[in-house]
Amino acid sequence: MCSCFTKAVIKPLGDSALLVELGHEISPVIHQKVQVLAQLVQSHPFAGFIESVPAYTSLTIHYNPKVVHYSFMINQKITPFQKVSSHLHMLLDQIDDKQVLAGRRVEIPVVYGGEYGPDLEFVASYHNMATEEVIHLHTKNECLVYMVGFAPGFPFLGGMDVRIATPRRNNPRPAIVPGSVGIAGKQTGIYSIETPGGWQIIGRTPLALFRPDLYPPVLLQAGDKIKFFPISPEEFDVYKEMSR
Amino acid sequence: MTVKVLHPGLLTTIQDLGRYGFQSYGVIVSGAMDRYSLRVANLLVGNQENEAGLEITLFGTTLLFENDHLIAITGGDLHALIDGKKAGLWRPIFVKKGSILQFKTPITGCRAYVAFAGGFAVPEIMGSKSTYLKAGIGGFHGRALQKGDLIECGEMNKDNQYIFSKAGSMVGGFSWFVDYSQLICFEQEQTIRVIKGLEFDRFDDDSKRLLFSQPFTVTTQSDRMGYRLEGPVLQLEKEFELLSEGVTQGTVQIPPNGNPIILMADRQTTGGYPKMAQILSADLASVAQLRPKAKVYFKEVTHEEAESEFLAKERILDEIKMGIRLKLQYG
Repeated sequence: MCSCFTKAVIKPLGDSALLVELGHEISPVIHQKVQVLAQLVQSHPFAGFIESVPAYTSLTIHYNPKVVHYSFMINQKITPFQKVSSHLHMLLDQIDDKQVLAGRRVEIPVVYGGEYGPDLEFVASYHNMATEEVIHLHTKNECLVYMVGFAPGFPFLGGMDVRIATPRRNNPRPAIVPGSVGIAGKQTGIYSIETPGGWQIIGRTPLALFRPDLYPPVLLQAGDKIKFFPISPEEFDVYKEMSR
Repeated sequence: MTVKVLHPGLLTTIQDLGRYGFQSYGVIVSGAMDRYSLRVANLLVGNQENEAGLEITLFGTTLLFENDHLIAITGGDLHALIDGKKAGLWRPIFVKKGSILQFKTPITGCRAYVAFAGGFAVPEIMGSKSTYLKAGIGGFHGRALQKGDLIECGEMNKDNQYIFSKAGSMVGGFSWFVDYSQLICFEQEQTIRVIKGLEFDRFDDDSKRLLFSQPFTVTTQSDRMGYRLEGPVLQLEKEFELLSEGVTQGTVQIPPNGNPIILMADRQTTGGYPKMAQILSADLASVAQLRPKAKVYFKEVTHEEAESEFLAKERILDEIKMGIRLKLQYG
């Protein structure tokens, strides 16, 4: 039995979902636990399981209480929540502390600046840097996809160099082009569909992050490690053409 | 079998019971706001409960039937007229070719559901026919219905055909209808049952008291994504940072301005605002039928009560299903 997973706390989220809390801060170690548990639930589902949603420090489990209710003996005095909780405790007890999931590595081509990244100049001047320096710092580190949310395929990334951390725009844009790469505080992210947004847009990737006709319907998943690399507008067009 | 949209009304979309299994990719659930009404509408025409139907919002929607059809209208009473005559609700209706169905104005509730025998012949995107407006996928070309749209219905199965011919041979239509009173409340001032949310204890004592003692008003900034409420301002004991985590339909979250938001069918998959309450799944259909300016009181129940209410409503639905079968056989 492992010590870190037994500290997990299971809390009801309404009558049809629950939250497994695995920590309290954003860290690759806690993220790893969330991923391991998500995979285990996926491979060992219980009757009534609908789906699980990984977040920074927790895994939310959605289930149908009716199916859970009819999956146990009538004389058992146990509620659906208790039933699901005991299944999850059983899984948590099985987890090997040292288990590490590999996670995919994905490279993301980005055209920085110009019409593709209208806020690159602002970010550079905010930090008294050349735009090249911003690009260098943005492409230097490997970033971890902690979770996907806000919009379909939108990755919450951690690991950006803090030297280019920049506050959000005062005036959010009413519509941001999909593929736009932005900075908001210490976070960097990629817009997956056209939405309003206040992030500082420094570039754009030709890759489609949300592709509803494919499985999985998203390019990036929780647990992926990504690295940005700069390309030219001409290369951008080639990538676009290739993905058609 | 085709239906033509003469007027889309305020907002009409194709919805089934939702798109599940993709929330971890940030793909929202969508689906009918009032799931009970859609399920009953489907049962009435012989469809599977999770088949897609039309969700009609408040008023204005006008449809022309280009063939004979079997339909059922459930949900709120939006004063539905077929060729100018009041349409029967909560029962199978045989509609003749060339008929016009029109929703005039809300009498009770906020949303009506129309199920068509055979469902809709629209593609399933990620396992669902629900319209996901923001991403532009699902339903009818990923959007709300527009004037002139021609919607194809699916093939009728044996159940559909049985009810179709039975309804077609009844002069004046069926007189029986489903009693929905145990399932959904259409009152525009009502008590909604909740359990405490995960961050309930983070709120100050005044706010905890006010949530369960004062009425809240549904504002006009309420839609399929969420209902924004107005009332006493609810505040945290002290500020804290909540990391984004999973939410559900019925999560009551409190943004910094202190006005609650009830997350509904088109909610995001995760949220970062403190969750003060969770509405019972059993009461979500009633919430979906609240119009702007409606007044709600929140009442706390235990988690066990919430679960048994969920199961109780499912038993009512099972009884309705059985009742429909008997009526069609012997009625």
